[in-house]
Parts: sequence; C-alpha cells; structure tokens
Amino acid sequence: MSDAITVSRLHKRYGPVHALKGVDLAVRQGEFFGLLGPNGAGKSTLINIVAGLTRFRDGAVRVLGHDVVRDYRRARRHLGVVPQEVVFDPFFTVREVLRIQSGYFGLRRNDAWIEELLAALHLADKADANMRELSGGMKRRVMIAQALVHKPGVVVLDEPTAGVDVEQRKSLWAFIRRLHAEGNTIVLTTHYLEEAEALCERIAIIDRGELVALDTKQRLLARGIGRTLRLTLTTEHPLGAVPAPLASKLRGLNGNRIELQLEKDSDSIIAVLDALRSQGAAIVDVEIEEADLEDVFVELTRGRPR
Amino acid sequence: MKPYGLYTLFYKEVLRFCKVLLQTLFAPIVTTLLYLLVFGQALSGRVDVFPGVSYIEFLVPGLVMMAVIQNAFANGSSSLIQSRISGNLVFILLAPLSHFEFFIAFAAAAVLRGLLVGLGVYLVATAFIDLPLAHPGMLLLFALLGAAVPAVLGVVAGIWALKFDQLAGFQNFVIVPLSFLSGVFYSIQGLPDFWYRLSHLNPFFYAIDGFRYGFFGTGDTDPWVSLGIMAGFMLLLSSVTLLMLKTGYRLRD
Repeated sequence: MSDAITVSRLHKRYGPVHALKGVDLAVRQGEFFGLLGPNGAGKSTLINIVAGLTRFRDGAVRVLGHDVVRDYRRARRHLGVVPQEVVFDPFFTVREVLRIQSGYFGLRRNDAWIEELLAALHLADKADANMRELSGGMKRRVMIAQALVHKPGVVVLDEPTAGVDVEQRKSLWAFIRRLHAEGNTIVLTTHYLEEAEALCERIAIIDRGELVALDTKQRLLARGIGRTLRLTLTTEHPLGAVPAPLASKLRGLNGNRIELQLEKDSDSIIAVLDALRSQGAAIVDVEIEEADLEDVFVELTRGRPR
Repeated sequence: MKPYGLYTLFYKEVLRFCKVLLQTLFAPIVTTLLYLLVFGQALSGRVDVFPGVSYIEFLVPGLVMMAVIQNAFANGSSSLIQSRISGNLVFILLAPLSHFEFFIAFAAAAVLRGLLVGLGVYLVATAFIDLPLAHPGMLLLFALLGAAVPAVLGVVAGIWALKFDQLAGFQNFVIVPLSFLSGVFYSIQGLPDFWYRLSHLNPFFYAIDGFRYGFFGTGDTDPWVSLGIMAGFMLLLSSVTLLMLKTGYRLRD
C-alpha cells in the first residue's frame, strides 16, 4: 500500500532563500498527521507543493503514489486542501460554490454529498446565502466543504482553526475526528500545539526548511525534555534564595512558592526536596507538570542557527 | 481531458458575469449606443467613408466590434484579477484542470460576453438603422475572431497583473487606444500616410475592417488578408497564454 503523501529530497528556493532543504517524509494512509513549525518554517510551502500551488525543481512529491507534477490530475483528485487564509468568491451562494467546486473535479451529480456536507458542517440553513453574508467561521467551514466535495482520501488542513472561536473550534475538531474515523488521512498544520497534541498520531516538526523531528506523539513527548516542579513551602524565615545546586533550575520564586525546571532523566525530585529540607523548608504542596508538546516544540526549534 | 471540469469552469465564468448583468452587459450596450448617438450626429456628412454607405451605417459595425473587443477583454481579465486579489483563484488551481482547459474556459466565457454585448448593440442599433448583410459568414467569422483575440489578451493581462492598477494600465494604455484607433469612427483610407501605415499594425483594425466587410461587402483591406492576420495573431497569443499557464507564470509561485 502506497503512502498517502510521500515527499522525497524536496528542495525549494525563492531566489537566495532556501525555503525547503531536502525534506523527506511520508504520511501513512489513514493516519492523523501533524505538521508543526514556527512561522516561516516552510510548512505552507511544503503543503502548497503537495497541492500543486507551488512549483519546485528538486525532489519528488506523491499523493497516494501519484506524482504531483507528472500525474497531477490523479494526485489532485485524491487531495483536498483547506487553505490557511479565509478566501471566498463573492459572486456565488454556498450551494453554487460547492456545485462548481464539485464540477471542477468532473463530478456532475453530487448533490446528495453536498447536502450531507452542508448538514455536517452546520451550513444547511445558509446553503442559498451569498458567501458575503457569512461570518468568518462559516466561510471557513465552506472552505472545508469545498476541500471535501470530491471525497478525497487525503485531507490537508492548513491552520483550519486560526481565528475561530472556542465553540466552533470544538465543533470543527469533532468533524475532523469523524473524517479521520471514516478512514481519511488527515494532515493538520496548526499553531495551537494543544490541538496537535489532542488530535495527531504522528507529528513532524519543521524549522527553517528542515525536518527536525518526525515521530509518534508519545515518543516526541518522551524525548527527555524536562518537567516543571512547583512547590509550596513553609519556612521559619522567607526563602531568600534556593540552595546552590538548584539555582540553575530555578524558574520562579515568589514568597513561599517555587518553580523549578528539571531534566527528566538526570534530575531527581527526591534530591530537590532533600536540598530544600536541608535549608529548613517544609514542603506543603508538590505539583509536577510533565512536558507537553509545546515544550518539545520549543526545545527542538530554539537555539538552531538562523 | 474531462470535459465536465472544463464546462464547469466555463459555466462559472458565465454565471459570474450573469450575476452582474447590469454592469457586464447593459451598461456597455448603453455606453456604445451613446457613442453612436453622439458621433453619428456630430460626424455625419463630415467624414468620408465607403461609397454608397452613410456615416451612421458605417459607424454601427465599428461600434459593435469595439464593444465586442472591450468587453471580451474585460471579462477574463477582471475575473482573474478579482479571483487573485480575493484569493479564491486557489480553488481553481487546486482542481485537476489542465492549463488547456483553464485557457479554453476563460477565453470562451470572455468571447461569449463580448458577443452578447455586440449582439445587444447590433439589435438596438438596427431597430433604427437599416444595415445590409453582404457576407453573413464572414461577418460571423470576424465577430468570433474579433472577440477571441481580446478575450485571450484579457487572460494574458489577468495572469500578468498582480494588482488592479496594473490591469487598469493594460486596459487604458493598450486596449482602449488600440480599439479607438482601429477605424471605428473613420475609414483609414482618409488618414495621412504615417497613420495609415500604423493602422496596419493594429490587430483590431483587421477585426473591424473584416467585420464591416461582412455587412457592406467592401473594406479598407482584403478580408482574407485580415482573416489571415487575425488568425495568426490569435495563434501567437494563444501559444503565449498556454505557455504562461503551463509554466504557472504568476499563478503557481
């Protein structure tokens, strides 16, 4: 079985800027894949190349085994892309937009699926409204419907929840989860790392045109990044400073509350508690926060040469 | 080639201009009829045209073709620039449409709009002015080519222009002068030698002259020469446009 998306030794240059530096990655069929990276990392360039919106010279990109250049028709038929920017055609109604998009893919009678999409995305009562009359969130849902109107097996969502309120974001998540449960491959780029952590099975992190990580979410989270230890103490006198061995780990000291950043493998919580007790501190409360995807992301993308 | 994808893009382009008929069809018809009224009254008897043909009769085919040219150009170019600026062009670029289908759909819709505006002007004008129909076949051929050349130019301009300002420049400094200086209001036979020769470099001159030949059976140039030049120009423009689309020039970065 071929991968949903295969990217091999992909380079993209914009004049002197080397936007993608030999990216290799494969998205497996049926998986929920996250593509993360800071602004300008190359995520959108990569997605635009997969979608055929951006040209490239070096490397190869395939969608379900179809080359996006040589066999672009088949590649595009299997791919649905929700662009990052909210864009719409002000001349048409929602239903017209979906029928037209459907027709571009050669689908003549697709009304049943269009109605299903309208219902699933809570757009049924706006089906005959002009696109201009819709709110930003509704326009974004129409864009999702446009991406799905030809029933692609691979769906790429480029920042689908940017600027969407919490309620609508949850509703979109539920819809995207449903798409995935129905067997679609989902590729998600997002700035909301908790979104990627909640949804994605595997995650690629791209930074300055290079792939810096590609692993399952669990393995990424277990990459030995630190954890945060928050302690509430009682002391005879207010704690002016932490014991010397803990100074480098101190992240915050506020009266009797102290926050330390510990290395997961090398730092022992017991040793920290002992060091504080040796200074006469009594521990009242202990709170441990394990590394989340944001910590992993920051760790992997910080300090790399710009 | 999947004809339904091509048909849908063509249909979408036609539907787009049908949604704003007042602007895309009726307004240019009224404007052209105003030209007919003003220039017909002001210049009647002052400009020498074909023997046996009154100035107002001479003027109608020229104005019809000018309306065809300007509106065929406007359709593709404005649709493309609006889609580019508002960003919705991406939905066409994401579809499995070939550069050839893209070209045909945009050009054909622009030809249709140009011809509809021309037909509107013709029908209203002929309600008041009797026009002969010497060579209907030639007339239709020149109407089609006269719409197709600016339609393709409109696609070129729409692809090339990155902002409205650039498109307005293309329209005001290329299309309008070429269409006004193409013999709409006069026969080039009466022009000084320099302007007479210069007119022969203007493709729209051949469209208008050939179109008039269809009505009156006479023109400033041999209609077959005009036809050949128009066809050659169309071929050249189409090749350039297809190359632009195939390479993704200014559409796929």
